Amino acid sequence: MPRPGFVLDVDRSTPPTLFWHGEGFRLERLPTGSRVIYPPEPLDALNDPDEAIRRALLEPLDSEPLPALLKPGMKLTIAFDDVSLPLPPMRQPDNRQRVIEAVLDMAAAAGVDDVQLIAALALHRRMTESELRHALGDRIYDAFEPHGLLTQHDAEDPAGMLHLGTTDEGEDVEINKRAAESDLLVYVNINLVAMDGGHKSVATGLASYKSLRHHHNVRTMQHSRSFMDQHRSELHSSNWRMGRHLKAAGVKIFQIETTLNTNTFPDQFAFLQKREWEWKARDRASFLAVSKSLGRTPPRLARRIFHSINAPHEMTSVQAGEVEAVHARTTENVYRQQLVEVSGQTDILTMGLPYICPYNVNSVMNPILVMCTGLGYFFNLYRNNPLVRPGGVLILSHPTPWEFDPVFHPSYIDFFEQVLAETTDPLEIEAKYEESFATDPWYIHLYRTGHAYHGVHPFYMWYWGAHALDHLGGVIIVGGDPAAVRRLGFKPASTMRDALEMATDVVGRDPSITHLHCPPLLMADVSV
Amino acid sequence: MKALVFERSLPRFAAARVAGTLAPGGGARVGPLRLTDVDPPELPGPGWKRVRPRLAGICGSDLATVDGQSSRYFEPIVSFPFVPGHEVVGELDDGTRVVVQPTLTCAARGVEPVCAQCASGNTNRCERTAFGHLEPGLQTGYCADTGGGWSLSLVAHESQLYAVPDGMSDETAVMVEPAACGVHAALLTAASEFAVIGAGTLGLCTIAALRTLTTPHVLIAAAKHPAQKQLARELGADIVVEPDGLARAVRRAVPGTMVAGGQLTSGVDAVFDCVGSESSLAQALEVVAPGGTIVLLGMPGRVSVDLTSLWHREVSVRGAYTYTNDDFAKAFDLVQDARLERLVSGLYLLDRWKEAIEHAADAGRRGAVKIAFDLRNERGLS
Repeated sequence: MPRPGFVLDVDRSTPPTLFWHGEGFRLERLPTGSRVIYPPEPLDALNDPDEAIRRALLEPLDSEPLPALLKPGMKLTIAFDDVSLPLPPMRQPDNRQRVIEAVLDMAAAAGVDDVQLIAALALHRRMTESELRHALGDRIYDAFEPHGLLTQHDAEDPAGMLHLGTTDEGEDVEINKRAAESDLLVYVNINLVAMDGGHKSVATGLASYKSLRHHHNVRTMQHSRSFMDQHRSELHSSNWRMGRHLKAAGVKIFQIETTLNTNTFPDQFAFLQKREWEWKARDRASFLAVSKSLGRTPPRLARRIFHSINAPHEMTSVQAGEVEAVHARTTENVYRQQLVEVSGQTDILTMGLPYICPYNVNSVMNPILVMCTGLGYFFNLYRNNPLVRPGGVLILSHPTPWEFDPVFHPSYIDFFEQVLAETTDPLEIEAKYEESFATDPWYIHLYRTGHAYHGVHPFYMWYWGAHALDHLGGVIIVGGDPAAVRRLGFKPASTMRDALEMATDVVGRDPSITHLHCPPLLMADVSV
Repeated sequence: MKALVFERSLPRFAAARVAGTLAPGGGARVGPLRLTDVDPPELPGPGWKRVRPRLAGICGSDLATVDGQSSRYFEPIVSFPFVPGHEVVGELDDGTRVVVQPTLTCAARGVEPVCAQCASGNTNRCERTAFGHLEPGLQTGYCADTGGGWSLSLVAHESQLYAVPDGMSDETAVMVEPAACGVHAALLTAASEFAVIGAGTLGLCTIAALRTLTTPHVLIAAAKHPAQKQLARELGADIVVEPDGLARAVRRAVPGTMVAGGQLTSGVDAVFDCVGSESSLAQALEVVAPGGTIVLLGMPGRVSVDLTSLWHREVSVRGAYTYTNDDFAKAFDLVQDARLERLVSGLYLLDRWKEAIEHAADAGRRGAVKIAFDLRNERGLS
């Protein structure tokens, strides 16, 4: 029986706490009285995921069974989550492969010939062939891609998008034309965190900038508290309105969502999933060996090593059918795995940021993504109340190199060098610069033909942290490139001790300190 | 009198070339320049005045000379030995403060009738810089007969003298000459999208002139050092980037610009190359618009650059040498309006000339812009 999450009170006998630090780790001795929040242990996996998938398709929630929806001569589109999920990429077979193979078997049995697959990129970069093969398996890739039946969503293709009107609140609903005009749109999702899935899958994953801008903006993000909590998230409210509009407009969606356990790292990194005081001699030896060898490894090579990790994630649930019914069940399963009850907020919240986030798979986590991961994703891993009090301080540990992948993140470079050099205020950035980046023909060209994130994407990353920027009294990054950290508008510190000392300028003496021991992922349910 | 004199000495010239290659300004210690006592220059004739320099700047072309990096092109239009220094604010015998306009044109040389260029007002293009009653010399500071600013006395023709307005400081006045270069360059094109490569004295003066005398739609500056960046912003650049970020900045600033290989498909109408190196010229070619103009302010010397894009995109490259008399007059307003005295970062006595030259050669890295000799309290005038 896996143990639930746990909040440790640090005392004098507590061993140093492991902090992620990009492509490395730091052991930090937190002051006595600090708290450390540990994630729940991985839930047991489904015994037979393929059978569970088959059963979910045959016994869907609030929907006819999938075979009943499949008819000869129909137009079937299967859209699936892109390379941003899961993290790290999971060992094969990926959930998407399992689910899509099952859907294709049923489609074939029903005599459906017109089937197309679409990677639901939204404004993310196009996936590479190896990434597609990894997610879908060779069989699907080889059967569809050579015939042009496996495509990647292109939000900038005027002929490939369909405007379906506006929601009651005037939000444009524009999605992939093939998906919108299909007799059935099957969406295959992997729910790594509570933010994923539901109406967000189609309303975001297959949308255009014109549509996305209604919820990917500063106001929405500042009113999503948190965006991991669907019921308190303006981001989700907007997506839900769009999803319901799609349904009313006749787009028939059959949603298939899967959840994963937090079995995140392979055996050689097993110590990353254990609580430090429970490390055995083997864990300590692994930690030392990994740390020592990483210390001697050039950063680029270390990055390549880490990005070659495939997570031993296992499927814990699969549900299919009507979008909202499916997502309610999915969210329960995500919470079952990730939720940790925490009593009270903290003056200082510390985090170690890993080498990867949804937008730097197979590339460097640049400073903007460091901001997004810390102040966007990790800060928002809460329900009810933020872990850190209003005006509190967030301390991140990450090398934060002034380094960008010019192929994946070209507009990030200009955003960092031109926009952030002038202001870090999300509202000012949005008003002054967003449109020019979003409509820049060069970025659009690179998004459509290369592997570049859309020109507007770094703005979204910055908006992702807007709630935290609003909430916090200060942000300190330990061990980061000082120039890059300052460009982000944060303060650099050499050591955790220095950072804690600096934080007292903001929160006062004898502050309460809480460390989010993550990943593996957790979500704090914070009561005050 | 005390003067820094540049003599013709091939061994020392060769040594300066080597030392200057190893470390900018290194030619000062081993080259043909030396501090010595010389007779003050004679007045060459009627209309000439004696000027006692108060401040005399060190220019990029001076540094190239000291380091033995100047092109042999100049050989017929200079005369040895000469006293360098062409950025001069000084004082006449009657106490009038003047800025010396250093170009030695037909008027100064007593050439009659004046050449076609001087007649048309383009005195900076004078065709008689090696002729007339003076020894060859394109400017004061390169002519054996006139002396130069790095001394306690020089002579200048009345056509070269511009009175310093009351209330203008010497530090402001010494910036008139380089500012006039910026004025001249800024008025050469009718463009509205500009990039300026280099943010030393010339680059900053050009930025100030473009901002003051034209109506830029966008003005982008490539600057290497933090102090230069700050000054470029203060003087009117809309966007300031590291040199290697120039192409990205231009691409962002000019709507519709794409990238093909290392070349922008569009670009700015005019690029001002205030460095004059191979790499700066190549960079200018990358970011200039088809049909655009590259204005060379920095003295380029011998460079090797792929000119295919120049041919294919019908780009013009034109030089911008000094200024006309009109430009010089306008520079008096510019130095005051743009408060260019802030560019004067360090003053040295003549005795510390080696340190001064090394400081000037390393100005950017040391957070400085214009280094000048301060001759106001010097003794030794014969």
